[in-house]
Amino acid sequence: MTELLEVRDLKIEAPQKDGPAIPIVKGVSFDVKAGEVVALIGESGSGKTTISLGSLGYTKPGLEFSGGSISLHGNDILSMSNNDLRSLRGQKVAYLAQSAAATFNPAITIGEQVTESAVLHGVMTQEEASERATELYHALELPDPELLGNRYPHQVSGGQLQRLMAAMALVGRPDLLVLDEPTTALDVTTQIEVLKAFKKVIQEEGSAAIYVTHDLAVVAQIADHIVVLYSGEVQEQGPVDQIINNPQHPYTKRLMAAAHSGPKPGMGDKLSGDHDKDVANIEVKDMTAGYGEIKNGKPAITVLRDINMSVKNGHVVGVIGESGCGKSTLARVIAGLLPPAQGEVILDGTTLKGSYKQRSKVDLQKVQFVYQMADTALNPKQLIGEILGRPVEMFEGLHGKKKREKVAELLRMVELPIEFENRYPAELSGGQKQRVNLARSLAAKPEIMLCDEVTSALDSIVGSNVVKLLKRLRDLTGVSFMFITHDLSTVAAFADEIVVLYAGRIVEQGPVDQVLSPPFHPYTRLLISSVPEMKIGWLEETMEKREMAVGIARGVEITAVGCPFYNRCPIAIDGTCNTKTPPVHEPVPGHQISCHHSLEEISAIESAPQQILHGFEKAAPDDDSVRA
Amino acid sequence: MTDATANTEETTIYDELPDAPPKKKLTLTWVGKLGVTVVVFWLVMVFVGPYIAPFHEADIIAYDSYMPILSTTEGEGFHLLGTDYIERDLFSRILWGARTTIGIAFTATLLAYLVGVSLGIAAAVAGGWVDVSLSRVNDAIISLPSIMLGLLAVNAFGSSIPTLIMTAGAIYAASVFRIARALGQDIMVMDFVEAARVRGESMRWIIFREVLPNAAMPLATDFGLRLVFVVLFISSLSFLGLGIQPPMADWGSMVRQNLDGLGYGSYAAVWPALAIATFTISINLIVDDISASSGGSLAKKMI
Repeated sequence: MTELLEVRDLKIEAPQKDGPAIPIVKGVSFDVKAGEVVALIGESGSGKTTISLGSLGYTKPGLEFSGGSISLHGNDILSMSNNDLRSLRGQKVAYLAQSAAATFNPAITIGEQVTESAVLHGVMTQEEASERATELYHALELPDPELLGNRYPHQVSGGQLQRLMAAMALVGRPDLLVLDEPTTALDVTTQIEVLKAFKKVIQEEGSAAIYVTHDLAVVAQIADHIVVLYSGEVQEQGPVDQIINNPQHPYTKRLMAAAHSGPKPGMGDKLSGDHDKDVANIEVKDMTAGYGEIKNGKPAITVLRDINMSVKNGHVVGVIGESGCGKSTLARVIAGLLPPAQGEVILDGTTLKGSYKQRSKVDLQKVQFVYQMADTALNPKQLIGEILGRPVEMFEGLHGKKKREKVAELLRMVELPIEFENRYPAELSGGQKQRVNLARSLAAKPEIMLCDEVTSALDSIVGSNVVKLLKRLRDLTGVSFMFITHDLSTVAAFADEIVVLYAGRIVEQGPVDQVLSPPFHPYTRLLISSVPEMKIGWLEETMEKREMAVGIARGVEITAVGCPFYNRCPIAIDGTCNTKTPPVHEPVPGHQISCHHSLEEISAIESAPQQILHGFEKAAPDDDSVRA
Repeated sequence: MTDATANTEETTIYDELPDAPPKKKLTLTWVGKLGVTVVVFWLVMVFVGPYIAPFHEADIIAYDSYMPILSTTEGEGFHLLGTDYIERDLFSRILWGARTTIGIAFTATLLAYLVGVSLGIAAAVAGGWVDVSLSRVNDAIISLPSIMLGLLAVNAFGSSIPTLIMTAGAIYAASVFRIARALGQDIMVMDFVEAARVRGESMRWIIFREVLPNAAMPLATDFGLRLVFVVLFISSLSFLGLGIQPPMADWGSMVRQNLDGLGYGSYAAVWPALAIATFTISINLIVDDISASSGGSLAKKMI
């Protein structure tokens, strides 16, 4: 194989008006052979996106190339004129951004956007391009390929849009494709669907690719060669199986350690005696909630239905499910941010008022909500000291020196240096901001903290440090946690109990080890098998499983009757599952599964490979367009 | 930034990398600096203009009207920019006019901001019927052409400096209200405001500690632009003869009064027009430069 792209000693820096330039990329070299997928892996700030854009001859504003060379087909990209670069970008190289939703223009049809670049560069005529696009829709297993081009971006799902972006990049038959974290923002189930399509199309098209990500398990599925980056320098590079199975560099080992090996029972700590109390701290009873005006106990849009759950004193309850299943809504109802339409929230035996406006100060103090995005949760114009000092002042009435001491104590608790009190949030890293966010909730001395995806926006290493911190805080303060996430592995390692939500209903709940071992609810099973494992060839193995075939091909439908998982369930019973609310089984006390099948049936189905896929033949792909 | 990240306990070998390079101070390009120079010049003239002007604004030098630039009159002195239609020294009148025009415009804009921002932020924070009623009244005011409204007010209350300030302030408060409300609404949906509400913070705290500091920068940028509009508004009223009354010097009225001179080959109308132009354009240059610089920092964040 010949070298398609050669990057040699590439240096990129951010020039400063007052002082020496800040180096961003510090002499990176790697090659991409034709038809090969090279993964750039590292944390945010490691320069991986800068390098990938650099190989297209582009830097973001404020950066400049300061050394080294990049050659594509033997032509030096860095010395090319803008005009040459422009035609190169349209024809030889293509870029796939992280967020498809932000890439597509909502006012123009998909077809027009997918073919635009190829037609604009004169590579092909509109007819040829449209034909080629349709071919790609087939290859990417998109629904209704012949007519898809006439639709608008909002008419397809997130995963489909992500695949359409690949089509957009591939229309002009580029030699090199740059994919920037294309699956990071997706749910595990959607991620698989997109990964599978990408892998297939890259193989079929034979184009080379640079795949940028921080997720090693994803890389193991798709890459041939891995380049590990830290702070703008290559730490280690080599073929995928050498890096995955035999990492040499300490940083790679650290990355591997932070990446999980998939959720399994027994990963969590055993409940220690002093925080195992059987008294419910928060209880949710027969709760229904949603958005819009509430009429006769029913909101205009129902998001959660008949929720019954509890968080015991000092316990950690993980709430998992795909995006849109109502995880955050559940936490918002408990926090009083969204009054429920029916049912009640009980704190320490007394019913809480629906809205936070009617709750007493003590109740507000006891239940603390921790936001997902520290960026928007912390006021950018307040110093960390003020952000933490205010709740101390309000809830504990401390002022002056005592307040400062308390702020210092909080910073110590979240393992941040005391000097941070004089900084603004913008001067902190993502992980540090999240720690401040947690510290602000701790300042209220809560009984329960509702953590809404607090690790989702963080890299694996930073995220695992935050989980370690949460464990320490749990042991230190005895606070109960409701931990919302779509990352099963984190829950497996941190939670005592799990609640599995699907389309606004609880399909399974119970102690971690029970939920993560058979018998499974079919949805739990789908979720567990969708978590990428750090094993080469895992993707192919998994896709052969039957629950994948149905579960991945179809989307969530929110229904009022029957089992919510009906249309994606491999073992659904027509006429029963779609009409009757499933009964609740209790294999062991505290572990509940809602399913029409008996426990014996579920277990039997799990052990015996079954070929019958419920209604899969009728699963016309255009089902997807009628998603809620 | 990197030095402090090293202090966290667990990150011994590999620190968490900072999200963004350290925040840079606001730096202006030469265009912005030029703008600042010109604006500072005029602001100095507001205070010292009348003292360094060779003549009083109302002094009529009995020689000749529409004298060309750099002419001298015997016994009286040197006329840098010539004289106007009734034989007054144009240079002196422009220096005097700086105080009137910029002084009035500044006070009126300040008034517009005081009213517009407080009502706008209040509407955004309170929401509900407060927002609806304030916004509809505001829509009504904004739908009327500002010059017509100004003419009406001046006719009703008579032309005086306080009337002018109140009128301009009231008219421009409407557009400030809109901007302040829109900015406020964007900030109100941020999680940190929700966190403050759930904590049980008072309306006052939310307005002054959470919302206003985050709206301050865009509002300050808009203040410059609004000042320009008010200068032009007062100048147009003066041009129509309803603004500043003679013999007070005001740039707008000076343009109108000397317009006839153009027919006789005099540039007397051009100089006050240039004064208006240099002041307003310079403010725009500064505003543009500041927004470009803050827009740039957004791009730098994404590195």
